[in-house]
Amino acid sequence: MCGIVGLLVKNQSMRANIGQLMMPMLIGMTERGPDSAGMAVFTSPVDANALKYSLYAPTADFSWKALEQAFNSEHSDQVTLAVKGNHAILTSAVDTVKVKSWIKQAYPQIHILSVGQSIDVYKDTGLPADVAARYDLPALSGTHLVGHTRMATESAITPAHAHPFTAGTDWCLVHNGSLSNPNSLRRKLQHEGINFETDNDTEAACRFLEWRMREGDDLKTALEHGFDELDGFYTLLMGTKDQLALVRDPFACKPAVVAEHDDYVAIASEFRSLAHLPDVKNAHVFEPSPKEMYVWKV
Amino acid sequence: MESLKFDLENTELRTVNQYLHRPAAELSGKNVVISNPNGAHNIAVGLNAEVNVTIDGHAGYYAAGMNQLATVTVTGSASTGVAENMMSGVVHVKGFASNAAGATAQGGLLIIDGDAGLRCGISLKGADIVVGGSVGSFSAFMAQAGNLVVLGDAGEALGDSLYEARLFVRGNVKSLGADCEEKEMDQESRNILVDLLAKSGHAEVDPDSFKLFGSARTLYNFHVDNAGAY
Repeated sequence: MCGIVGLLVKNQSMRANIGQLMMPMLIGMTERGPDSAGMAVFTSPVDANALKYSLYAPTADFSWKALEQAFNSEHSDQVTLAVKGNHAILTSAVDTVKVKSWIKQAYPQIHILSVGQSIDVYKDTGLPADVAARYDLPALSGTHLVGHTRMATESAITPAHAHPFTAGTDWCLVHNGSLSNPNSLRRKLQHEGINFETDNDTEAACRFLEWRMREGDDLKTALEHGFDELDGFYTLLMGTKDQLALVRDPFACKPAVVAEHDDYVAIASEFRSLAHLPDVKNAHVFEPSPKEMYVWKV
Repeated sequence: MESLKFDLENTELRTVNQYLHRPAAELSGKNVVISNPNGAHNIAVGLNAEVNVTIDGHAGYYAAGMNQLATVTVTGSASTGVAENMMSGVVHVKGFASNAAGATAQGGLLIIDGDAGLRCGISLKGADIVVGGSVGSFSAFMAQAGNLVVLGDAGEALGDSLYEARLFVRGNVKSLGADCEEKEMDQESRNILVDLLAKSGHAEVDPDSFKLFGSARTLYNFHVDNAGAY
């Protein structure tokens, strides 16, 4: 069992408070996922020639200042890290291949949680309320977000195994369910030169769909391929720089409910997480059908 | 009639359910309104008294499960397993219902005004279910007795491995499950349909617009001589 939440804010004046609006949604999914939690938020994009990297250090006493200085002297850059505990966001116009390989060599203990112009990712082990407090998630602002609470069933409880998973740029995915063919998917993608960070089934789905889109599929076509290739139970919620997308497996084994309002679109595993949204009484609440694609644009 | 209100915003669900589990004589005839259900699980489960309960909003999993005698109305939607294993009484969902509505229900009437999700009436054991909208795939899977009335459409594999339940569908059936076949509407079945339409607020609906589906009885060792025993 896991919990998923998604929120896309249409009312521009509410976007500064997306973290506050999201909090009861995430907390509402605590019983479905008490061991880890994570959040991807899409903010206004950085400069067109820059990218931002959400970084995770395994220890709380990690010196981000030292990393910042080392990065700047190595790349003749003037970046300033936005630090929240053992999490930091690095924004830089340095070539992304260089940035990633430098981090891997100079700081192998650092995980790159996401790369993109809009996406920031926070994820860690612990109760959703504790993870939210650790990374000050109520203070988030942005256009849309994708969150998850995890009850691990098929792989270890570590920060790296928490959702959301990301691949490529400005792409993330959360999953409630379990896939039965992640190993064959992983082998197939490894033949395409795609590297994996965990043995988690959701990472396989995330990298599969991102690979399809890099191969030229639009989101819809990639998801159609997903229906053919992903075997198992899933409700998947995905975020791109300007969209949220939702699919459920053909047997609808895992739940989802949607509230569409003039001001927002909210998605969750259960209505418990939608109940405290403003004016939800006047939202159109419905259960998404199995094997249908639901896409909402910012 | 005496009326009592509980607000789940400031009352523990357990307090409400414990009140509803008082001796039947104390509860009989009372009206109980539960506001701000907010998708909580297990609201008004295991009732066994002639009490009227209104859940004013969206209910979570297993609302009114195992119901006996009570009339439970959900003004919003109901999540997975509403009225599962109901024995008697009436459960009325005014919105939509999620998967496995009325699963294994043995008696009573479940009315869903909107759509029902997948596996509606799975393993139905004698209750009646009337769905104003459509039902999802695998509905009435292994249904043994009782009646499922669907005013809209049915999804894939309707009535798979069906026993002796009757399935009435007004709209399209995407596909029939193994051993489920269309039957001629006999007078007894038509009477059941007319009665259920009247009880569920659909008296104006033409019973002749429905098709009847039942078991082809090839998947189990059925002796037609024993049909009266069901």
